[in-house]
Amino acid sequence: MADPAADLKTTPLNALHISLGGKMVPFAGYSMPVQYPMGVLKEHLHTRAQAGLFDVSHMGQAEIIGDDVIGAMESLIPGDLQGLGAGRIRYSTLLTEAGGIIDDLMITKPAEAGAEKKLFLIVNAACKETDFDHIVRRIGGRVKLTRFEDRALLALQGPSAASVLARFAAGCEAMAFMSSRLATFALPGGKNVDVRLFRSGYTGEDGYEISIPGDQAEAVAKTLLAQAEVQPIGLGARDSLRLEAGLCLYGSDIDTTTTPVEANLSWIIGKRRKLEGGFPGAAKIIEQLNTGTQKIRVGIQPTGKAPARAHTEVLDEVGKTIGEITSGGFGPSVNKPVAMGYVDAAFATPGTKIQLVVRGQSMPAEVVALPFAPHRYFKTKS
Amino acid sequence: MSQLRFTKDHEWVRVEGTTATVGITEFAQGQLGDIVFVEVPAKGKALSAGGEAAVVESVKAASEVYAPVSGSVTEGNAALPDAPDTVNKDPQGAGWFFKMTINNPAELDSLMDQAAYDKFVADAS
Repeated sequence: MADPAADLKTTPLNALHISLGGKMVPFAGYSMPVQYPMGVLKEHLHTRAQAGLFDVSHMGQAEIIGDDVIGAMESLIPGDLQGLGAGRIRYSTLLTEAGGIIDDLMITKPAEAGAEKKLFLIVNAACKETDFDHIVRRIGGRVKLTRFEDRALLALQGPSAASVLARFAAGCEAMAFMSSRLATFALPGGKNVDVRLFRSGYTGEDGYEISIPGDQAEAVAKTLLAQAEVQPIGLGARDSLRLEAGLCLYGSDIDTTTTPVEANLSWIIGKRRKLEGGFPGAAKIIEQLNTGTQKIRVGIQPTGKAPARAHTEVLDEVGKTIGEITSGGFGPSVNKPVAMGYVDAAFATPGTKIQLVVRGQSMPAEVVALPFAPHRYFKTKS
Repeated sequence: MSQLRFTKDHEWVRVEGTTATVGITEFAQGQLGDIVFVEVPAKGKALSAGGEAAVVESVKAASEVYAPVSGSVTEGNAALPDAPDTVNKDPQGAGWFFKMTINNPAELDSLMDQAAYDKFVADAS
């Protein structure tokens, strides 16, 4: 019989995951660690207390280059790239003609000299083929897309991330939130590794994502893991951290059937783009901005102790179906169940009492503002 | 004299006369990971062999605990809902889920003994 693991791709850190005791599971076509011996709960709490190191090399990295790279990319997303400063990162979404979300992604305008015609893209692992095909099909005549299949991506997240990384990449602690730059990671022993740093993440904490040549990734990861503050963190805690931070998971909380407005991501639609349109689904999205949507993504706090998982039915107080949970589980830092999902817009006000159908029983819950765990991103001192 | 039996769903059953204590095995708690929620059945609830009896949830996922035999619940472990991590720490001791009567002792014959269960786990992993 065929070994299902044989069909899975691995990241440059695969051997390290196994040596660290990572429990490997299939995820988006890759063999990835869902947890290490520390366990999901402690990994989650450790990241919020000190620093966690995540392998996110399965995500798609690419650059597009062209004389009109800004205009070309703006034709696919609702974000303002003209107004994005050099060295800054923008969170955005690729959209269908109906305004649905093909994927969410990070778009970086590189700061270095000679990179004026480039954008650096990071997209979800499960979507990368679709995304890159979509980009080439739609704007391939205006930009050249180059995938960085040989690069690894690490995330170092948590309140100690800056002080840890600064030991090897001097100056990184001064980087603004949502900024990026090329840097040198000085390995102990004198060897330097060229990396691209992003001050961003998926946990609600301060931290970095570090793009590294694949053959250098293990050395960088081992160096970071040798620091007293750093523990390896698996996909399990990555999910509970992002859920507490109120951040969307593509395929669960957002997909081609949800627009950015319905996803409560209206803030990603640039002011100029609202006025000018010129992105897929613009007519529908601008209409939704003006008149509202039928459904909208909200935070949901179960009143009791039982977690409510994805696809749990949401009822109003009298038992009428008003929506569905799209992500739900237990939040280790808030020490309570946490969830998010879509409800009819009439029920979206924080404080609205609702019910959740868990194992056939109605449980009380309340619509709440996101995030559950306050964001602690780096703020530049003025 | 008690006897210990196991199900293919990784429940353990300690049989003493006509009553049984039920929980999940060391292997099961290890597979689930950090347990954050437990729901135990109320006294008097009728259970049928293989039917849903209790709920156990880790950070990532929800699972059912099945009744290993038919009978009725005589006691749910009232300490577990407030300390679900007891199931991780002592799955085959203080982390028991419920006690029940045994309607038909012949149903026990289909369950595994320790040696058979150990082999079952070794083959599964």
